[in-house]
Amino acid sequence: MSLILVVLMPFLGALLPPILVQAGRRTCALGTLSVTVLALVGLVSNFPALLSGETVTARIDWLPELGLNVTFFLDPLGAFFASLILGIGCLIIVYGRYYLSRNDDMGEFFTYLLLFQGAMVGIVLSDNILLLLIFWELTSLSSFLLIGYWKHLKEGRQGARMALTVTGMGGLALIGGMLILGNIAGSYDLTEILQNREAIQSSDLYLPALILILIGCFTKSAQFPFHFWLPHAMAAPTPVSAYLHSATMVKAGIFLMARLWPVLSGSEAWFWLVTGAGLITVVLGAVIAFFKHDLKALLAFSTVSHLGLITMLLGTGTAFGAMTAIFHILNHATFKAALFMSAGIVDHEAHTRDIRKLGGLRHLMPVTATIATVAALSMAGIPLFNGFVSKEMWLEEALHTELFGPHWLVPALATFGALFSAAYSFRFIFHTFFGKTRDDYPSHPHDPNFGMWLPPAFLATLVVIIGCAPFLAEPLVKFVTAAVLGTTAEVPSYHLAIWHGLKPPLYLSGVAVAGGILLLLLHRFLQKGWDVTPRPEAKTIFDGIVGGAVWVARRVTCGLHDGSFTRFAAILVVFVVAAGAYAFVTGEAGMGSRVVYPPTAVAVATWAMLVAATGFLVFKHRNRLAALILIAIVGLIVSVGFAYFSAPDLAMTQISVEVVTVVLMLLALNFLPQETPVESGAGRRLRDGLIAVAGGVGAGMLAFYMLVRDFVESPISEYHLANSYKGGGGTNVVNVILVDFRGFDTFGEIIVLGIAALVIFALTEALMGGPVRARLLNREPQTRLAGDRHPLMMVVLTRVIMPVLLLIGIYIFLRGHNLPGGGFIAGLVVAVAIVQQYMASGFAWASDRQRYPYHGIVGAGVLIAGLTGIGAWFTGHEFLTSSFTYIKLPLLEEFEVASAMGFDLGVFLAVLGAVLLSLESFSRMARRAHDTDNEHAMDIDPSRGTTNEGGA
Amino acid sequence: MELLVASGIGVLTAAGIYLVLRLRTFPVIIGTAMLTYAVNVFLFASGRLTVSAPPILMDEATRYTDPLPQALVLTAIVISFGMTAVVVVIALGAYLGSDDDHVDEQGGALDAVRKLEKAE
Repeated sequence: MSLILVVLMPFLGALLPPILVQAGRRTCALGTLSVTVLALVGLVSNFPALLSGETVTARIDWLPELGLNVTFFLDPLGAFFASLILGIGCLIIVYGRYYLSRNDDMGEFFTYLLLFQGAMVGIVLSDNILLLLIFWELTSLSSFLLIGYWKHLKEGRQGARMALTVTGMGGLALIGGMLILGNIAGSYDLTEILQNREAIQSSDLYLPALILILIGCFTKSAQFPFHFWLPHAMAAPTPVSAYLHSATMVKAGIFLMARLWPVLSGSEAWFWLVTGAGLITVVLGAVIAFFKHDLKALLAFSTVSHLGLITMLLGTGTAFGAMTAIFHILNHATFKAALFMSAGIVDHEAHTRDIRKLGGLRHLMPVTATIATVAALSMAGIPLFNGFVSKEMWLEEALHTELFGPHWLVPALATFGALFSAAYSFRFIFHTFFGKTRDDYPSHPHDPNFGMWLPPAFLATLVVIIGCAPFLAEPLVKFVTAAVLGTTAEVPSYHLAIWHGLKPPLYLSGVAVAGGILLLLLHRFLQKGWDVTPRPEAKTIFDGIVGGAVWVARRVTCGLHDGSFTRFAAILVVFVVAAGAYAFVTGEAGMGSRVVYPPTAVAVATWAMLVAATGFLVFKHRNRLAALILIAIVGLIVSVGFAYFSAPDLAMTQISVEVVTVVLMLLALNFLPQETPVESGAGRRLRDGLIAVAGGVGAGMLAFYMLVRDFVESPISEYHLANSYKGGGGTNVVNVILVDFRGFDTFGEIIVLGIAALVIFALTEALMGGPVRARLLNREPQTRLAGDRHPLMMVVLTRVIMPVLLLIGIYIFLRGHNLPGGGFIAGLVVAVAIVQQYMASGFAWASDRQRYPYHGIVGAGVLIAGLTGIGAWFTGHEFLTSSFTYIKLPLLEEFEVASAMGFDLGVFLAVLGAVLLSLESFSRMARRAHDTDNEHAMDIDPSRGTTNEGGA
Repeated sequence: MELLVASGIGVLTAAGIYLVLRLRTFPVIIGTAMLTYAVNVFLFASGRLTVSAPPILMDEATRYTDPLPQALVLTAIVISFGMTAVVVVIALGAYLGSDDDHVDEQGGALDAVRKLEKAE
């Protein structure tokens, strides 16, 4: 099976459990199990190729230029880890089926579990390190969901958050480190990177890369000083703990250190950092574990300690160390998963994990007691169990390691750690299962049903088999070790065996076991001493740091953005201007080479008008009606400018938009205060003025420096100019761009415009439906109304001009493809024509004669534009490709018919509908209670005699 | 001529920023309209200034101005009308609902946070 499928399988399978759980818990568990088994089978199907010495790969190119590809590879190391993940995954699923109570949502649980599993398999099989990083983050996220699975428990939520914070932070560091690494090696593929040992180790960036990568690995694998999250993650359901903290999540860091071992290890920095952190973690974890009363906390700290052991082995940088590390990964995964599951069984049956409330369980739960004892003895390093073999090799390696000075220090510390390791293992066995049977357990403990003890029993069997016959595991360990070492070193010829003769490691082991028994006997006394010793509490420190960060973040955010838009806008402008000024000062911006136009007298005069109008606007803006008139003047000058600089389409659009905008603002001003009161003092106005001038100078200079230089590259529009007639069938290039080259863009834009109009309509409806309606109806006009509401002259004039305007609209529309015009402008012109009727003859009269609702017009426009686009599919082209032909009808000149015309019709209708819908919404607000709707178009109609209806 | 256009953009921007920094909704809306002019002219100018060479293909024409910025600005003008209308209706609703046309929330977020922290 392809590696891509092996990785994808758990992700795809994650969809199943929530569906299958409807059919019962058994089906759900079976479905999940079969997904994992299938992935495992897929993995195993690649083993023959692996054994024959090949490296199996799978690849999908995505962005090869950027090194972004989906590439997987399977070598012995990846296969070893993937088998552990999937194999133990199967056992966990069986165990979890019986562990979860009826109140737990099993579908949700197994979905998270499969997501996590997929992410883990992804890490160990990724070739591309960017892909690996994605899976790395996915494990952090999915483990967050798993640890916090019992959402009702405060400890679960806090533990999950802490795990996510620490591992997520480490993940960020890792991203930095890996990117540096990929940069040095010139490739983001692991297989390439692993070939570049010399280049990487001699690079100046080696140390930063190493530190960042190690932060990632140490946080994930709970190494000192990041070890504190792991015990808090024990609030998770036990299957999660057993899975995450024995074989998978915490081994991800170890895996990465092993994976990158050929290129990173061997340097001074690597040795000090990795061995040092590992050694401290071994001792720290072991000592704390001995004093923990919670079974899972004890196991958690023992996990921390054992991970330290593996880290230390990888840190020594010797081939023997790497081999021992691999062997201990295997052993630790077997006995620790079994121990976690046993602890879970005890918790499940006795309803407590507090070791002080337990004891004497061996008579009540003999099977569990046997399994746990076997696994714990292995953890203690007792002969005939697998932990003994690798622990001896570790002590052997420790004897050859010198760190922090004296040569006896490392072996002494290692023995000290091993001693406590034996002690807590014995405590786990004796205080839980031995001693007198008690009668005050919170529940009535007995062995669970067979589904729950079978998985740990299977692992315990492996513990004994490897422990008694380590040579069985030797080919596997050496095969994987060879993959770790790569070309850097030979696999040691050391044989895995129980008996190596009377050598120093055996004595050290003896000391550790004897010391462990002694410590257990002295436990009560030591515990009292431990309890009164003040120690830094990791959670308090962590909470303090998080609280401090939140405090600072709140101050910064709220200081910048305190709910005042004005303040924020000022900060934004100042920041942008400052950034621009910095770039301007540090960069080079000489005069450009473009030939400039000499200013003409008319241009200078127009410019002066613009400046004058703007100046008046700034100083007179408190008179809102005057401000509206002034802004209309500015708009007019802008459209004149467009016309002068060869943009007739823009000029026409700007001027017609100007009309509808002013009408709209006038309608709004009807309800707002007519004057803006003076509120800000002179100082504030001066400050705002300075900010505004700075922004204006910045924008002006930017525009000037742009205008005096030529294009850096030849513009895309050369293509548009060349193909407008040939391909689009039109000579107005702007229009062809709108309806053809960038038709999709325009299509989106008319939809946005339509949505804006609908938003306005909806907001008005909401306003009119609420308490505002009453206020609007009883509103007293702010100024005296005109005596003549619907003046005769205006009504007649607009009536006469209406067909002319419509004709102009159609003319502009039709010629748009070849001459200035088109759907946008025609829509605006027709909208103006209709708005005039509203203004002259009143809202009621005009809307009575309006046959089609404006929503419908907007919708029809978008629909027609869309259908025209789809029409291209029938001629075998892409969406919105236009086609055209020439038609000769009798009596007429030959003329062109283009499908773009249909699209432009859509644009026309959408613009028309949107403009009118907005204006209509505003004018509906303007109706008042004491005004009757006008029945007639004109107040004074000669044909009706001299009646004067309405008016104030 | 280039200097005239560039300084025009600068003047429009400055006026727009000043008005956006006012405290009531109406001047802020006028200010954004001014900024819209400035931005549209700036985008248009990115095609560089060309006199009497409209992008209408003709047999006798020897050069054309850059049509692409024009097409982009054309839709921008129409869209900005739609956006202005939406902002105006929001401002109107806020004023009619509360009889207050200030843009700023009275009392800053930092005060709210301090109160929250005190409560904690």
